Amino acid sequence: MSAVARTRLAIVATFMALLELLTRTGAISELVIIPPSAMATHLWTLLATGQLNAAMAQTFANIAIAFALSVTVGFVSGAAIHALPRLRRLLDPLLASYYAIPFFVFYPLLIALLGLNRWPLVAIGFVFGAAAMVIATLNGLDRVPRVLRKVAKVHRMSRREEVLRIVLPAAVPYLFTGLKLSLAYAFIGILAGEFILSGGGLGFSIAFSYDAFDNPTMYALMLFVLALAVALNSSLDWWEQRLMRRRGRA
Amino acid sequence: MIAPGTDPPREEIRAQLNGVTKTYPSALGQSPVHALGPVDLAIGVKEFVAVVGPSGCGKTTLLEILGGLNTPSAGEVLFEGRPVAGRVPQGIGVVFQEDASLPWLSVRDNIAFGLRRVGLAAAEIRARVDYALDLMGLGAFAAAYPAQLSGGMRQRVCIARTLVLRPRLILLDEPFGALDQQTRLLMGDELLRLWRDTGAAILLITHAIDEAVMLADRVGIMSARPGRFIEVIETEWPAARDSRIAAEARFGELTARVWSKLRAESLKALGRAELASEQGPVQ
Repeated sequence: MSAVARTRLAIVATFMALLELLTRTGAISELVIIPPSAMATHLWTLLATGQLNAAMAQTFANIAIAFALSVTVGFVSGAAIHALPRLRRLLDPLLASYYAIPFFVFYPLLIALLGLNRWPLVAIGFVFGAAAMVIATLNGLDRVPRVLRKVAKVHRMSRREEVLRIVLPAAVPYLFTGLKLSLAYAFIGILAGEFILSGGGLGFSIAFSYDAFDNPTMYALMLFVLALAVALNSSLDWWEQRLMRRRGRA
Repeated sequence: MIAPGTDPPREEIRAQLNGVTKTYPSALGQSPVHALGPVDLAIGVKEFVAVVGPSGCGKTTLLEILGGLNTPSAGEVLFEGRPVAGRVPQGIGVVFQEDASLPWLSVRDNIAFGLRRVGLAAAEIRARVDYALDLMGLGAFAAAYPAQLSGGMRQRVCIARTLVLRPRLILLDEPFGALDQQTRLLMGDELLRLWRDTGAAILLITHAIDEAVMLADRVGIMSARPGRFIEVIETEWPAARDSRIAAEARFGELTARVWSKLRAESLKALGRAELASEQGPVQ
């Protein structure tokens, strides 16, 4: 483990220890925050008894579908926009201000269009994640060095070969950033959607326990979601570092 | 224009440019740019030709047209007697000024990149790559990635990647431009050794007069844009030469001769043509 990672871990551990102390001594009321150890114990109970299985299955499936759609559609759209400069000039302002749009307001419309099922939420997750992938794809394709395209010509490559052997590998660092952001945005979109709008999933469970003053469950679920986000991000970071180290960028 | 006597006999010509010009179409609101020519040049089968000229005179355009990476606006380009028609012909290798190593591949995989595409047997690929690694002094770095190498070593990777394909004409576009003087001299020696070993013809584009004079059999001097050959000088060096010829009196004479021709063109390129006649030689 690197010194930076150790420091990061020490900061989190210190914060948790401080929170534990403040809540156990009553400096912070348990009506406001419960001790981290109680969060962890209650989370373990929820996981062990299978009470979270249905919510987890729903949320994870929604995130996975939204992420897969975001990456696929985002990449294909990014590549198409890159190949069509006029379309790009038309869409550039929209992409620049994309995340200023409050997509949740379209939820009723999405229900009307897609029905009262998982798909409106998946659509929310998708629209959150797709733009990040489009932008990352455009960035990646823009930054393929011209000299590498000349290398493709010198090796007498077909257009398809040039894309597969030169363009995509050269754009990988940017595409990877798109993957990371798409996952993060899909995660946020789905959980926030469940929290505000849905009748199921981890987001809904947090909202439900909040409404029911069930602090142990609410905090246990929040801890779970945070741990999940950190684990996902860390594994992608690890993968990215490994990739970048080869290219001298780490 | 090259003096007719300097061209190799027809049967010994590897590549040829006949009356080649290049004009880039106008950008919005601007007039078309006449970048090159007309240019005539014939490169012999085992000849080493260098081209020098002021910045922006079309040297790289000339190389790209000869290599099929760019199309001429007029004129004829031939490689081994066949027209070069908008595609790099088999048998031509190009080394660029910029770092063209593939950062996602190891040194070994970079060098083997072109060989794997043409479907050679694994043993043959390994043999050629090992030879190139040894030749370029990269054996200890076979498993390294380009990011772990110096600029000079990365350029050697690109040269090795070109050489393993055994091209019959190697086009080098200021390949040592980013290197320090000592490394450039040593790389020049390596290039001469490779040229003798492989028997390929070489066209070297460079901005360094001493490099051109040291390495080439003939040095073509180009005018300011639109680039044309104003003189071609035969160095008459023996094939078995290296950077130590810089100590010979003839090296100084040739370098001075090239510079005397190039100086006026360089001033023109800088928009200071009036200085060309005003300043005499330093006493």
